[in-house]
Amino acid sequence: MSQTIIWTIAVLTVVGLLLAVFLWFVAEKFKVVEDPRIDQVEGVLPGANCGGCGYAGCRAFAESAVKAGNLEQHYCSVGGNAVMKQIADILGIAAVEKTRQVAVLRCNGTCEVRPTANTYDGWASCNAEASLYTGETMCAFGCLGLGDCVASCKFGALSIDPQTGLPVVDQEKCTACGSCVKTCPKHLFELRNYGPKGMRMVVTCRNEDKGPAAKKACANACIGCGICAKTCTHDAIVVENNRAYIDYTKCKLCRECEALCPTGAIHGVNFPKPLDKEAVKQRVNERNRKAREAALAAKSESKEETA
Amino acid sequence: MSKQTFHIGGIHPADKKISRDCAIEALPIPPTVYISLSQHIGAPAKPIVAVGDKVKTGQPVAEPGGFVSAWIHSSVSGTVKSIGPRKDLSGKSVPSIEIAVEGDEWIEEVDLSDTLVTEFPEDNKAIMAKITSGGIVGLGGATFPTHVKLSPPPGQKCERLIINGCECEPYLTCNYRYLLERGEQVAVGVAILMQVLGVKDATIAIEDNKPEDIAHMKDVVAKLAAKSDKFRGIEIMPMMTKYPEGGEKQLIDAVMNRQVASGGLPISVGAVVQNVATAYAVYEAVQKNKPLVSNTLTYTGDCVATQHNYEVRVGTPLSFIIECAGGMPQDAAKVISGGPMMGRAVSNLDAATVKGTSGLLFLTAAQTKRAPATACIRCGSCADACPMGLEPFLLKRLALAGDLDGLEQNAMQDCISCGSCQYSCPASIPLLDIMTQGKAKVMGVMKARAAAAKAAAEAKAAATSAK
Repeated sequence: MSQTIIWTIAVLTVVGLLLAVFLWFVAEKFKVVEDPRIDQVEGVLPGANCGGCGYAGCRAFAESAVKAGNLEQHYCSVGGNAVMKQIADILGIAAVEKTRQVAVLRCNGTCEVRPTANTYDGWASCNAEASLYTGETMCAFGCLGLGDCVASCKFGALSIDPQTGLPVVDQEKCTACGSCVKTCPKHLFELRNYGPKGMRMVVTCRNEDKGPAAKKACANACIGCGICAKTCTHDAIVVENNRAYIDYTKCKLCRECEALCPTGAIHGVNFPKPLDKEAVKQRVNERNRKAREAALAAKSESKEETA
Repeated sequence: MSKQTFHIGGIHPADKKISRDCAIEALPIPPTVYISLSQHIGAPAKPIVAVGDKVKTGQPVAEPGGFVSAWIHSSVSGTVKSIGPRKDLSGKSVPSIEIAVEGDEWIEEVDLSDTLVTEFPEDNKAIMAKITSGGIVGLGGATFPTHVKLSPPPGQKCERLIINGCECEPYLTCNYRYLLERGEQVAVGVAILMQVLGVKDATIAIEDNKPEDIAHMKDVVAKLAAKSDKFRGIEIMPMMTKYPEGGEKQLIDAVMNRQVASGGLPISVGAVVQNVATAYAVYEAVQKNKPLVSNTLTYTGDCVATQHNYEVRVGTPLSFIIECAGGMPQDAAKVISGGPMMGRAVSNLDAATVKGTSGLLFLTAAQTKRAPATACIRCGSCADACPMGLEPFLLKRLALAGDLDGLEQNAMQDCISCGSCQYSCPASIPLLDIMTQGKAKVMGVMKARAAAAKAAAEAKAAATSAK
């Protein structure tokens, strides 16, 4: 009886040892050398697999970043600068800092100010509606309000406001991954700098129709009058295709454009004080008057000289 | 009942040809026409007139913007008022030429008489030149430039010309009226097309819900064949009434029992398909020197008091047509340009007609209201109905999941957007809407891949030639 037990143990031990040796050889033969830093980088990434960086997921990002050995083409907007610093430390290179960005909606065509001209009865998807026609209102450029952007946001940062019918960005949850920018068939979202203390100026309209048509379609529309561009002392506003655009890299947040916009198409957000429109208007008028006087004086002076 | 039909799928909507007894009548010329520069498939045309120019009816106003493009002619005589963007029937801006009408003076070379001219020149080049300069495009719906379709790629030979007189869309009756009223002209047009393509056989396919057409055309062709050999090869084929019998690939399957491969052209199986209205336009261009400046449209709907088949000048505003017909029908809730299955909803009544406008259909709220979509019950009705042999229930799921590889493997790109799946779905799922989105994405990927492959091949060729 005891001999059977001993034999069993002996045979199994020998078989086990032989298999172990065989497995060791196989493991050596088919060994895949993987850079251990890939796992480390993946470990510090947020793991949302949102694809906002342009890679299929966090693992693909980590593989590509480690392979490249630099972070020029790699930035995880979800993790932000903190995560990028950690990745740079793992790779032993200098970190690339980027300004924090946030998705901004460029439409203020609320249900109240934008009369509907027809009814859409099809599949509730902005992209489907946009492929059929320009939408329920006369504005061919505005938000369709069916929420493709909300469905595309993996961070719960977007929701449709039932009052206005427009999507609202939760700036704390937004990671600037850019999925809403890609999804919106009207290209209404843009990634813009978060701004100092979140303060930023936006033209909330993308209507390219001429003034009267745009105004008829939506009371909040930009009519391309160009007052903002003329007023701006920082050269930050361009009017093209009958609509204004503020270059956020040049804007100094003076809010003069917002005060002078006749249709209220320019909006400043997160400013601590409400805008005193009259005061700003006076200031601008005063400046313009002085500039005119200076120009006149210079003219008369040059005349005297020639005389 | 005739048995001739395509082999897979298809549906039987009520044919509703309520305007069938209305003869084609010419609509008055509107005070202003708006001629779109993009009323054919392919590159938009380039304007060759300037603001303030005087134009005559039939005078070219825009030249082709590429190989797949077409000439566009003034449909009225008058003064060019403006050239610029104008909203089309879906509200999208398209470049258009606005012409204020002054009288109706045609260019001199056009023969405006009604005499039937059956003799046509032997010289195919001269005929092709007339078809090209006449701005003829396929009037069956796709508005593909006809001269491109008539120039098969080298090495491919057409064996049979198929003339589509099926008019399988419910409500529409223009083609029915064409064959009944202008059958001789259509037959001459068919003979011209046969000569250009170098084929001996042509089939005019007519659905068997139009027995008058079938009898009339048999009579017409027999009489013409007795006079000249050129009309010998034309046969009239009654087809089973089934939607979408007039689809290009379906018609080839039905008439020739040949299937066009995925991504292939009809010419790959030796077929060229043209619409009845196109054949008529070819007759007008070749025999009468008359470019394509007008087309017929069916003005119809259950809520329309008086039905019409109008011949309208290209660029007539839809609102003008409605005014001429006695104003907007009282119960109309939706206006469709084209037929109920594949037509487009009109959101802008100020839009103007284009060469391919085949109908103006008015539906009531009850007819157009969609039932709320419920869950898929896996009944397979959509797969049974699909004339392309696709599985819409599966494609819908893949499209919603964004699985582009899956969509391509399951031939999403073969969808012809006929809407048979959505029509047959008992759960009222918007299958077509979802699939159209999926198809657009797949086509985008396929085009990008083809472009990348082409660029890579060119780079390789450049590298080898440099060596």
